[in-house]
Amino acid sequence: MVAALTAFWPDKLESDWAYTGGFAIACGALALVLALAALVGVRFVAFQRLQRFFPWLFALAVFLAAWETVTAKLGLLPLPFFPPPQAIIEVVIDDWGRLAQGIFASARLLATGYFLGAAVGFVTGVAIGWSRLAGYWIHPVLRFIGPLPATAWLPLAFFVFPSSFSASIFLIALATGFPVTVLTWSGVACVKSAYYDIARTLGATQRFLVLKVAIPAAMPHVFVGLFMGLGNSFAVLVVAEMLGVKAGLGWYLQWAQGWAAYANMYAALLLMAFLCSGLITLLFRLRDRLLSWQKGVVRW
Amino acid sequence: MVAAIASDYAVRGSTLTLREVSHSFDLEGQPLPVLDRISMQVGRGEFVALLGPSGCGKSTLLRLVAGLDTPTAGSLLTEGSEIEAPDPSRVVVFQDPTLYPWRTVWSNVALGLEARGLLRTHRGRIEDALRLVGLTGFAHAYPHQLSGGMAQRAALARALVNDPKLLILDEPLGQLDSLTRIAMQAELVSLWQRSNFTALLVTHDVEEALLLAGRIIVLSERPARIKAEVVNSQPYPRHRGDPHFVELRREVFEHLGLDEAW
Repeated sequence: MVAALTAFWPDKLESDWAYTGGFAIACGALALVLALAALVGVRFVAFQRLQRFFPWLFALAVFLAAWETVTAKLGLLPLPFFPPPQAIIEVVIDDWGRLAQGIFASARLLATGYFLGAAVGFVTGVAIGWSRLAGYWIHPVLRFIGPLPATAWLPLAFFVFPSSFSASIFLIALATGFPVTVLTWSGVACVKSAYYDIARTLGATQRFLVLKVAIPAAMPHVFVGLFMGLGNSFAVLVVAEMLGVKAGLGWYLQWAQGWAAYANMYAALLLMAFLCSGLITLLFRLRDRLLSWQKGVVRW
Repeated sequence: MVAAIASDYAVRGSTLTLREVSHSFDLEGQPLPVLDRISMQVGRGEFVALLGPSGCGKSTLLRLVAGLDTPTAGSLLTEGSEIEAPDPSRVVVFQDPTLYPWRTVWSNVALGLEARGLLRTHRGRIEDALRLVGLTGFAHAYPHQLSGGMAQRAALARALVNDPKLLILDEPLGQLDSLTRIAMQAELVSLWQRSNFTALLVTHDVEEALLLAGRIIVLSERPARIKAEVVNSQPYPRHRGDPHFVELRREVFEHLGLDEAW
């Protein structure tokens, strides 16, 4: 299969475009390595594990080849809007500094807002789930304000808060906090009363019931909330950066579009995709570690 | 090891007195009486079974004894003082093992010690309790990896580690297959004999009550009243085929109004 892949790549990619050279060589080299891996590495476990990805690698190669064909080679798509792959690589290499800054700024904003929102949401959720009084006062507020998209607060936030940075943190925290609160709450509310009975007959205090029974039992729900919150926070992050904050990948996107630098835009989009999926993966890893006990209980 | 538990922590059962205990649930504004003036006395180290038809309020009675609920009328006393709240000296083993799925068997058994802040000083007792119920090799397994019988043993260990003075058994063997059940019945008896706690067993299995208990209290249909009391002073282990056992069984069935089925 990889032999076919090797045959594919140099075929299509060898062209006379000047800055295509590097890209073609890189592709060719990668293909060669993969082909070698396929031929030599049958015996090595690591390569065998890689084998699972071969259909995907092949599809990716076909996609890149097609992209290359319709842009650089045949010019079927209008040029400033649809640059060839090598143009994007060029941007990543040449404009690396600014992109890295953007990634850093976005990550800082996201992390601060997300952790703040998740922490507040978690505590609020436990409070509503546990205490009737907290439920009485917070629940209606949540019902009323929660469904409002966090971005609706944007104009207000930008003049209430001293800086666009703190305003964005507030918005991201809000977007994260709502699903985390609701799901933590429902998680705590769904804990089987038999779990409490057991702990109570064994001499548990209220504190023990909250920390050692309610919270661990609610964790699977909490993680659903954390995932939803993370998704929401991405959306708010980009909007906030496009409209207010003068840094970050969202701002870069806007800025690149303003200059009609579409290759830069695609590069920023690509990096953003890596950032977001990377963070989601990270959260999955964390869940797998914390909730490994669930493996035998639910479909994993 | 077993002897060590028994002597170190000198388990002596506590007494239990019920005085005219009545209880009713609130069902859409209407009171639904469940227990009707139940009075009884359980002596130190006695094994008493409460036998009655399903849904007659046996489990409600146990919840009152455990201190999980308070009765509508009447009072419950242990060692002369009123039962007002749950206390680790009175531990319940429920029909469903209800182990915490996020904890290993070891930490499930450790629950009571942890809740009372005794984990550091009494750590060794967890190992002892696991050995007592034959789960030594499964300390680090998660509940979902256990069979029904093993889970119920773990629940038993979780209760015993607290060194209860009164062990409340709410149909603890109800969900087990008949073979495991027979084995566990024998184990329960020997656990009780070794640690001499007072045991209060709720069951609707006549044979189980006769095999385990020294005294059987037969309850009526809801609202439960005490219908009869049958004493079984046969030595352990008891045999189902023993003529006296068969005679007692017939007597109990008669009290339950099921003698014609026999």
